[in-house]
Amino acid sequence: MTTTPALIEVEEAVSPGPSAPATPPASGRRILTTITRDKGALACVVFLAIVVLMAVAAPLITKISGWGPYQFDSAAINSDLGGVPHGALGGISGSHWFGVEPQNGRDLFARIVYGARVSITISLSATLLTGVLGVVLGMLAGFYRGWVDQVISRLMDFLMAFPALIFMIAILSSLPSGNRPVLLVVVISAFGWPYLARVIRGQTMTLANREFVEAARACGAKDAQVVFREILPNLRGSIVVMTTLAIPGFIGTEAGLSFLGVGVAPPTASWGQMISSSVSWYSVDPMFFAIPGTFLFLTVLSLTVLGDKIRTLVDQGAAA
Amino acid sequence: MTRYILGRLGGVVVILLAVCLFTYLIFFKLSPDPAVMICGKTCTPERIDSIRDVLGLNQPLLTQFWEFLSGIFAGRDYGSVHCSAPCLGYSFQTNESVWSMLTARLPVSITVAVGAAVLWLLAGVIGGLVSAVKQGTWWDRTGMGLALGGVSVPNYVLALVLQYVLVVKLQVLPFPSAVSFVDNPLVWFESYLMPWVVLAVGYACLYARLTRSNVIDTLAENYYRTARAKGLSGALIMRRHALRPALTPITTIFGMDFAGLLGGALITETVFGLNGIGKLAADSIAKNDQPVIMAVTLLAAFFVVVGNVVVDLLYTALDPRVRVVSA
Repeated sequence: MTTTPALIEVEEAVSPGPSAPATPPASGRRILTTITRDKGALACVVFLAIVVLMAVAAPLITKISGWGPYQFDSAAINSDLGGVPHGALGGISGSHWFGVEPQNGRDLFARIVYGARVSITISLSATLLTGVLGVVLGMLAGFYRGWVDQVISRLMDFLMAFPALIFMIAILSSLPSGNRPVLLVVVISAFGWPYLARVIRGQTMTLANREFVEAARACGAKDAQVVFREILPNLRGSIVVMTTLAIPGFIGTEAGLSFLGVGVAPPTASWGQMISSSVSWYSVDPMFFAIPGTFLFLTVLSLTVLGDKIRTLVDQGAAA
Repeated sequence: MTRYILGRLGGVVVILLAVCLFTYLIFFKLSPDPAVMICGKTCTPERIDSIRDVLGLNQPLLTQFWEFLSGIFAGRDYGSVHCSAPCLGYSFQTNESVWSMLTARLPVSITVAVGAAVLWLLAGVIGGLVSAVKQGTWWDRTGMGLALGGVSVPNYVLALVLQYVLVVKLQVLPFPSAVSFVDNPLVWFESYLMPWVVLAVGYACLYARLTRSNVIDTLAENYYRTARAKGLSGALIMRRHALRPALTPITTIFGMDFAGLLGGALITETVFGLNGIGKLAADSIAKNDQPVIMAVTLLAAFFVVVGNVVVDLLYTALDPRVRVVSA
């Protein structure tokens, strides 16, 4: 019994999918074919593919576009007007595809491309770490129950009661700036895993009582075998759904922390940090804000739409 | 029931203590020496030592923590200065009492939270209900598409877009300013309008999606069919049989979200320059003002934990099915 029985019921009421385990999850191939048939979902996939490509091939792309992310171009800005970019739309031109940053003339396209790198690396690492922590601890709590469950559940209560944002900012600002991206991943995951673990724990509890687990035990399976061969495969659907829906959240968190000035340290580019530095310019140079804002929005939107689609498909698979 | 409530309250105290201790340890171990910070540039080792003495920094850590805790309930003395209960210490930056800083800022955060909550509940529940009833139609698809978009906009992005469009370009709203309701209700309202909308959009979209899926689930229930078969009017069935059970989980989530917001809407308050708890948190973190950071963390945790308990109690009151189980 947790201290928040109501919440768990809510979780189940909201997403019948993850709480209805034990039926085989939708196969990867079926999900793929459905998504390629859906125009909206396909557009999301294409956009995400572009972003990932930008992130992976960042140095190559900026070589083609001609400007690196840290290069100042004083010719592109009007120093008489306090550094506002020359030309309309924030200085968009043949050489600066997305215009330039006011004041120092760094190429926005290059910074978007390199920013994609930061956002994607951090959010994917955070998702991975959260996934591992959430699944392992959730399964431990649900499988062994007793004091193991007590300890893990209390820890989850504690972490979920914590004002995570305040704490993340505080901790990040007081730690030496050393390796910021790693710190970000650790801090985001430390506060993120309980939400996954709570669902996994509940499902493991129901799964552990099912006949096939009993049968495996009767055949002499050890704990580890039961957990990895019998229970884990049945959790696949919910793990996929929860983690896909978590990625956009993490991208947003990273951008938010960078926006508040405790994310990746300048001059490294990150979308959130670009938006943050555009705040003082938004009335004279709205493009400086609009470009990273649009990329951030579209990325989060695409991931949310896809996560939603996958969840519906997994639910249908569970119902079928 | 009384035993259950007492047990839950015990849990609240334990979690708050844990939050308190954890925050205390982290900040007082990681941060630079507060005595050096207070002392400033013209500083002598003797002065640092006397400050450390007044703050009790020379004592063992657990004694310091105990002093801090007892200060909250019984007040404490800093050298010759007495800080009466509830004492959360004094700001390192302004020497103001942290308690009075909190009480001065709390009304702003409450205003922000209440206004946003009204907006998002109305928009979310009505939107979700309409979508569910008109499931599969143009209304439903457009509404849910918008909701997906709204969930995906980070609120600082939305804040800047709104500010650019409404304040800079169209000039239909003034720049937000700190005017009290009594002095000028209209300017007060206009100043809070954008923060309310910005905060409400994300939640409203989430609630619309939740309401929609919950109502669709209840429309498939037997009691709903029975009610229809009895020939009850459409509006009555909607209210009593479809909406009420669908709203119970919404109430739970609403309680949590609202409690979370009382502890300060950090990003929104910072972007709009509203002097609430959230901005206080951001400012104190930027200036490394440890007593204030401690206080805002504790306050926010307090709201979340207490909100959690209230929600659970409400849930048993609202949903007869849960009551039977817990009895």
